[in-house]
Amino acid sequence: MNGIHDMGGMHGLGPIHEERNEPVFHHPWERRVFALRRAMGAWRRWNIDVSRHEVELVPAADYLRMSYYERQFSAFVVLLEKRGFITPAELESGTPVAGVPVAVPALSPDKAAELIAKGVPTSRDAPVAPRFRPGQRVRARNINPPGHTREPRYVRGKLGIIDRDHGVFVFPDTNAHFLGEKPQHVYSVRFAARELWGADAAPQDGVYVDLWDDHLEPA
Amino acid sequence: MTTTPDHDHEDGHQAVPSDPALRVKALESLLVAKGLVDRAALDVLIDTYEHKIGPRNGARVVARAWTDPAYKQFLLSNADAAIAELGYGGMQGEHMVVVENTATIHNLVVCTLCSCYPWPVLGLPPVWYKSAPYRSRAVIDPRGVLREFGLELADGVEVRVWDSTAELRYLVLPERPAGTQSMSEGELATLVTRDAMIGVARITASHGDHA
Repeated sequence: MNGIHDMGGMHGLGPIHEERNEPVFHHPWERRVFALRRAMGAWRRWNIDVSRHEVELVPAADYLRMSYYERQFSAFVVLLEKRGFITPAELESGTPVAGVPVAVPALSPDKAAELIAKGVPTSRDAPVAPRFRPGQRVRARNINPPGHTREPRYVRGKLGIIDRDHGVFVFPDTNAHFLGEKPQHVYSVRFAARELWGADAAPQDGVYVDLWDDHLEPA
Repeated sequence: MTTTPDHDHEDGHQAVPSDPALRVKALESLLVAKGLVDRAALDVLIDTYEHKIGPRNGARVVARAWTDPAYKQFLLSNADAAIAELGYGGMQGEHMVVVENTATIHNLVVCTLCSCYPWPVLGLPPVWYKSAPYRSRAVIDPRGVLREFGLELADGVEVRVWDSTAELRYLVLPERPAGTQSMSEGELATLVTRDAMIGVARITASHGDHA
């Protein structure tokens, strides 16, 4: 979707504010949001792409006004409702509705440590041939899907060179909509800064964007 | 770029009223009551990222690469295995790539679409990395962004911006500063800053990490 989250290349969003000696969390509730999202993600009722897309669906004005953890929390609540973990009535009352089955077991401390140590790899062993090879010229496809895509607007229609092939990964554009993993190769594609931004960019500079086979066409 | 001298809980850089605190607390209580969440697991997650995983991990990787040429080649060609050799890996660092700064190449990492960041080696990202100003400008004006961080690049230097649009997570291997020949790997690690491993700073022999 051509949402506010896809902000590469925009102007007017203000100065960068670097905070000295920044704490990991600024408020106690941010810690809880961070951990709750991971603990509930462990139920595997959604995936990282679904979760990212839900954040993209935060209305644009709210997205810019909210802090990172406010956005995450807002999207998390919606996701919990959509996936049937909680109902609006429960959220309102704060207590489980009678008759709602209590799921067991929740993510345990041991399993949390395992999740941290192992992560959730998104590479796949699927025998999928690469459509492109390093050094090849490609064009980023001009697509404007209303749903999730990891192909940012600023590269669409632009010419690039395959820098390296990272192997086969889950395809977020389908996975975010529960339409399957559609495993395919991911490449770092080098776009010359001048191709993206015009003659004012430094001639030797480049932007490397990770794109999937479905985002690219031969050029 | 603007900076604040130190963290102040009342600085209001994010206007957060008590409302989110109450709403989060209510949701947590509900999820616990439903048996969906074990608070002890939340504690493990919070403690790990607040106290155990941070840029010191990445600094160890960098210092090893500076002192061991074979390790450096291993790191640049197979970052996952090389980083795992020092005991790091896992969530949001399942697929790592390390890019090397040289006298003529400067690398900068961003995630324009969200906030992807290599947690196992850098911990959770700072607010500025997740903010709209950085995400929007790093790709279109990297030299201007670096200037705001106090880093002026010579015209001849090639800037490579890495936009983390997939599940690859990028770590910059900064240049080893001059005058550090006699330093041990452990001493070198103390020089390596988080910002240098994102690519918004260089490392000098005279200062340690403030971030």
